[in-house]
Amino acid sequence: MIGLEPLYVLVGAMFAAFALAQALDGSWRSAVFWGDFALIMAGASWLPDLATGALVILLGALALFGLKPSPAPAPDASARTASAERLRDWLFAPALAIPAVTLAGTFLLPLARLNGAPLVDPKQATLVSLALGAIVGLAFAMGLLRAPVSTAMKEGRRLVDSIGWAAVLPQALAALGGIFAAAGVGKVVAALATQYIPMTEPLVVVSVYTCGMALFTIVMGNAFAAFPVMTAGVGLPLIVGKFGGDPVIMSAVGMLSGFCGTLMTPMAANFNIVPAAILELSDRNAVIKVQAPTGGLLLIANTALMALFVFHR
Amino acid sequence: MLVLSGVAVVVAGFALRFNPLAVVVVAAMVTGLSAGFDPLAVVGMLGHAFAENRFIAVAWLVLPAIGLVERGGVRERARALILRLRGATTGRVLIAYLLIRQIAATLGLTALGGHVQMVRPVIAPMAEAAADGVAPLDRQTRELIRANAAAVDNIGVFFGEDVFVAIGSILLIKGFLEQNGISVAPTQLAVWAAPTAVFAFVIHAARLLLLDRRLARRGRA
Repeated sequence: MIGLEPLYVLVGAMFAAFALAQALDGSWRSAVFWGDFALIMAGASWLPDLATGALVILLGALALFGLKPSPAPAPDASARTASAERLRDWLFAPALAIPAVTLAGTFLLPLARLNGAPLVDPKQATLVSLALGAIVGLAFAMGLLRAPVSTAMKEGRRLVDSIGWAAVLPQALAALGGIFAAAGVGKVVAALATQYIPMTEPLVVVSVYTCGMALFTIVMGNAFAAFPVMTAGVGLPLIVGKFGGDPVIMSAVGMLSGFCGTLMTPMAANFNIVPAAILELSDRNAVIKVQAPTGGLLLIANTALMALFVFHR
Repeated sequence: MLVLSGVAVVVAGFALRFNPLAVVVVAAMVTGLSAGFDPLAVVGMLGHAFAENRFIAVAWLVLPAIGLVERGGVRERARALILRLRGATTGRVLIAYLLIRQIAATLGLTALGGHVQMVRPVIAPMAEAAADGVAPLDRQTRELIRANAAAVDNIGVFFGEDVFVAIGSILLIKGFLEQNGISVAPTQLAVWAAPTAVFAFVIHAARLLLLDRRLARRGRA
C-alpha cells in the first residue's frame, strides 16, 4: 500500500539533488541546508527524534546566517521569448496537468486495488495524487521542451534558491503549533481572553468570539487550532448555552472569522510569507499588507452576520 | 502564563525582523522549556513535531515542472495573451482569477491554483502585463501588483472552500460539535459559509477596482 513514506523519500531525493548542485557550485551553506532538509524528509521515520530535532536547529542556525546560494544561470530572455512563440498555449498544459491529475487521482486512486488490497492508503489519496500530478506535469514539460531530468532539476533548484529558507518555514511553524499544544498555550490564551471581558451582553459575546477567533488565529497561524479552544471557551458555553444561539451558524461563521485572521498573520507562512518569497518581493510582509484591509472588513461583516442571525432559529 | 514566553519570542522576533525560521526554532525551545520539559526532551519534541508535519513539503514536488515551463517561456506567453486582450486591467485580471478560484474551491477543486503552480508562472505576469502595457512599472508598483496576485489566490480559496461540504474545516467543525453532543449536517454548515463567501468577493473585488484607479492615476502622472 502506498502511503506517505515513498513520497517523503521522493521529496528527500529532490532536495538532495538541489543540495548536490549547490555543493558542486561551492556554496556550502546552501548545500548543507538542503542536504539537512533532504535527510529529515527521507530519514525522519527511522532517525531518533533527538537527532531530527538537532537537524531542525541546524536549519534555523543556517537560515540565521544566510544561505548564500550560488546563482543558477537563468535561461536568457530572448530564448524564452522564442520558445514562447513556438510552444504557445501548450506551455500552460503541464501546469494545468498538475491539478487535473491531482483531482482525478483523489477520486480514482482510493478505488485502485492490487491483489485485493488497496493500492493507495485512502487517507493519503490527496497527497499521493498531488505527487503523481507533479510527476505527470514534469514528464509533460520534459516532453514539451525536450529537456532531460538534469535540466528540470536545474530549473527546480533555481526556484528553490529564490524561495530559500521560507520553503521550510510552514513545516517549522506547524511543529511550533504542536509544541504550543503540548505546553498548553491555547488554554492560557483563551483564559486570558474570557477573564477580563464582561460576558453579559449577547452582542459582546458574539464580538469576543469572532474577534477572538481572528486574534487567536493571528497568534497560532491556524484557524483550525483556534476553533476548538474558542468554541469550547466562549462559543458553546455562552453563545449556545447561555443565550440560546444556533451552533451551526456560530461554528460556520466563527471558522470564517478565523480565516480573516489567517489573512493578517506571518504565522500562516505558507499563505503569506512563502508567496512573498516565491514572487521575489523585497518586503516579506507585502502580501499581508495587501490582505489586511479585506481581512478586517470581512471580520466586521462576519460579526454582523452572526449577531443578526445566530439567535433566530 | 510563563508558557506564553514562546509567543512573545515570535512576536518580538518577527517585529525585529530576525530570520523567521530561526525565530520559530527559538520560540519552540523557549515554549518547551518554560512548560517545564528538560532541554533534550524539547529538542526531541521539536524533531518529532517537525517530522510529523513532513506532508506539507510534498507540495514542493511541483518545483521542477514549473521551473521547466518557465524556461519554456510560460510567463512570456501569459503576458502576450493579456497584451492582445483589449480592456484588460490589473484589477479586472485579478477579479477574474478571484472568481475562478472561489468557484473552483466551492466545488472542492482547491488544487486548481496555488502560488507556485499558478500565481508565479501565469497570474502575476498577466496582472503585470495589464499595467505595464499602459506605462512602464517601477519596482515598487510591480511588487504591489505581485502581492495582490498572491492575495487573490488566498482569499479565493479561503472563502470558497467552506461552501464545499467535504473540506477539512467543515469536517473539523462537525467532529468538534459531535464531541460536544451536537449533531449537525455538513450541508447546514456549508450553507452558512455562503454569505461570507459573497461578502469576501464583493469586498475584495471593490478593493481591486480601487487598485486599478490607483494604477491609472500613476499612468497619467
